[in-house]
Amino acid sequence: MAQMNMLQAINQALHQAMSNDERVLVFGEDVGHFGGVFRATAKLQETFGKDRCFNTPLTEQGIVGFANGLAAQGMRPVAEIQFADYIFPAFDQIVNETAKFRYRSGNEFDVGGLTIRTPYGGGIAGGHYHSQSPEAYFTGTPGLKVVIPRDPYQAKGLLLASIRDDNPVIFMEPKRLYRASVGEVPEEDYELPLSKAELIREGSDITLVGWGAQLELILKAAERAAKQGIQCEVIDLRTLLPWDVDSVAASVEKTGRLLISHEAPLTGGFAGEIAATIGDRCFLYLESPIARVCGLDTPYPLALEQEHMANEHKIYEAIVASVQF
Amino acid sequence: MTDNTVRPQAVYQAHLLDGQGSAIPTLKVLQADGSLYPDATLPTLDRDTALKIYRSCVFTRVLDERMLAAQRQGRISFYMTCTGEEAAVLGAAAALEQEDMIMAQYREHAALHWRGFTTEQFMNQMFSNEKDLGKGRQMPIHYGSRALHYMTISSPLGTQIPQAAGYAYGQKMQGQDRCTLCFFGEGAASEGDFHAGLNMAAVHKAPAIFFCRNNGYAISTPTSEQYAGDGIAPRGLGYGIKSIRVDGNDMLAVLAATQLAREVALREHCPVLIEAMTYRLGAHSSSDDPSGYRSKEEEARWQEHDPVRRFKLWLLAQQWWSEGEDEALYQAYRDEVLAAVKVAEKLAKPALDTLVTDVYDQVPEHLQQQLDEVQQQVRRYPEHYPITAGREQ
Repeated sequence: MAQMNMLQAINQALHQAMSNDERVLVFGEDVGHFGGVFRATAKLQETFGKDRCFNTPLTEQGIVGFANGLAAQGMRPVAEIQFADYIFPAFDQIVNETAKFRYRSGNEFDVGGLTIRTPYGGGIAGGHYHSQSPEAYFTGTPGLKVVIPRDPYQAKGLLLASIRDDNPVIFMEPKRLYRASVGEVPEEDYELPLSKAELIREGSDITLVGWGAQLELILKAAERAAKQGIQCEVIDLRTLLPWDVDSVAASVEKTGRLLISHEAPLTGGFAGEIAATIGDRCFLYLESPIARVCGLDTPYPLALEQEHMANEHKIYEAIVASVQF
Repeated sequence: MTDNTVRPQAVYQAHLLDGQGSAIPTLKVLQADGSLYPDATLPTLDRDTALKIYRSCVFTRVLDERMLAAQRQGRISFYMTCTGEEAAVLGAAAALEQEDMIMAQYREHAALHWRGFTTEQFMNQMFSNEKDLGKGRQMPIHYGSRALHYMTISSPLGTQIPQAAGYAYGQKMQGQDRCTLCFFGEGAASEGDFHAGLNMAAVHKAPAIFFCRNNGYAISTPTSEQYAGDGIAPRGLGYGIKSIRVDGNDMLAVLAATQLAREVALREHCPVLIEAMTYRLGAHSSSDDPSGYRSKEEEARWQEHDPVRRFKLWLLAQQWWSEGEDEALYQAYRDEVLAAVKVAEKLAKPALDTLVTDVYDQVPEHLQQQLDEVQQQVRRYPEHYPITAGREQ
């Protein structure tokens, strides 16, 4: 075990994935010699050569299109999109190509080796285009997996599992935690399972569900609620597509209440999917309406970031309201 | 870090370049009467290969004629012909090795026949029956075959262009002596993926051959509304890609250009761009009527440049082929296609569980549940699901 931050954990995972399998390639804007604008790909080019870790021209559709071709050929590309806000030029390649490659060909061809890494999320004064959480655009696309870690240990284990999974994965990294989140990470190679939620705090009064950086805020709100005698059960979904319905349903059947919180705007956000599914599965167990604490339905603002965000205060208040319903 | 080989020359007066006077020339080998242009150089081509190419031309003509009719009769839902572009497609395909990858747009099924896709396989795809390699999921003419190194077609235009760059990069990384041939039309070349793909291939030195079928129209849009420059070929030069323009109705010129392109792509580990000037003699698709946007006179003018006839005249002049053999071949393919239609349209559609397989490598739990619900639905209302009701799943 070693103390490392999330970037170091991701960097170690990439080193191990490339050492372990020579088909793994890492590329994107500024990932080469420079090692990435966040340093996630530091030393990869030095260690594995320019053929396996390289800068691409500044074209997101080109990066993902190129990665689709490489994966179809049998390689295992790990493509980086510099900010999730800039993944939209590649939306067509991801949604119409990546996601449908295996299905449309009758499994004659697939791009299962592909992983797309991208930093996402707000709380860093990033304004409109360095703060977005676009996961729900992808969770509506059959064929993709969407994975989001919450700390360095998760980041390494989930990234290694994503790279080795035989399906295309969009791996979204909470950039607010890149350096802020520090923890114990095993030096050895390990994987954490995809499509498995993790129970990270046990409680009996309400279930709180979230992913990525949002869990830090959810846990703070849960601590505060505990001081008022409210025991929150907290679940990290970890994989949004396909998501672990059973774990969330089992928890809600125990607590009778559910709150989902994410950074992305409320309308069309993934909380809606969870709420509808759990409302359906756990109807007779629910003692209060399912609560969603999310970003406002606005573009991500700069000056009024705190007001916009689904912060711990908003989550705390929603917990109390749910329990007192 | 720059390693550009072109060193710009300085000038000291403001002067805008407009590209006039630097139009790209067109490679031609065969004249309209089947004789060679003086000074023209023949590509490498023996008798057997020439006749094999010609047989694929005839098969494609027959398939297109019969299947367009089948669509008109309502037997298949959709069709697109290759008519007028057989030389562009087959001249390129015949210059490759069998294990080179082909990533096509949709109007290149002649190349698939060249590679050995059987008449039955064409039919199974078009009738989306249970023997279709694609499991009946895509519209007719969206063919693909791993065994024949022919990437499954998808409808979104231009998406295969950056993919071809990546595929070719993978071939190079693995030390394979193989390249990727990427077909697209001049309309698709207006997509951002064209720019992305060519630039990526050039920068990363991927052995991809980008092959543009410039057939004058993208559905109803003439090239004058598609681009204002000198077509597609000069764009390659802007990316640092070796480029050539060729008469796309001249089988021998296309073959010569693509043979050279393959040799250069593999020797120098770099992409090559070919622009084949041709004409889409048929409608865009079975859903299109070109009389709304172009004249019969224009079509008749291009009929004079029919690439299949031009190539046949050359074969006749070589005494490698005769009119008698020609008639017999057309008749044999007509019989074969008709018989295959009758078999393929009677085969069952894919089983119900193919609805949910191959979305992922394994069927996830939520999809299995959705399949179970559909199965129950089919059992309850069999009259509404004639394709799957009553069948063992």
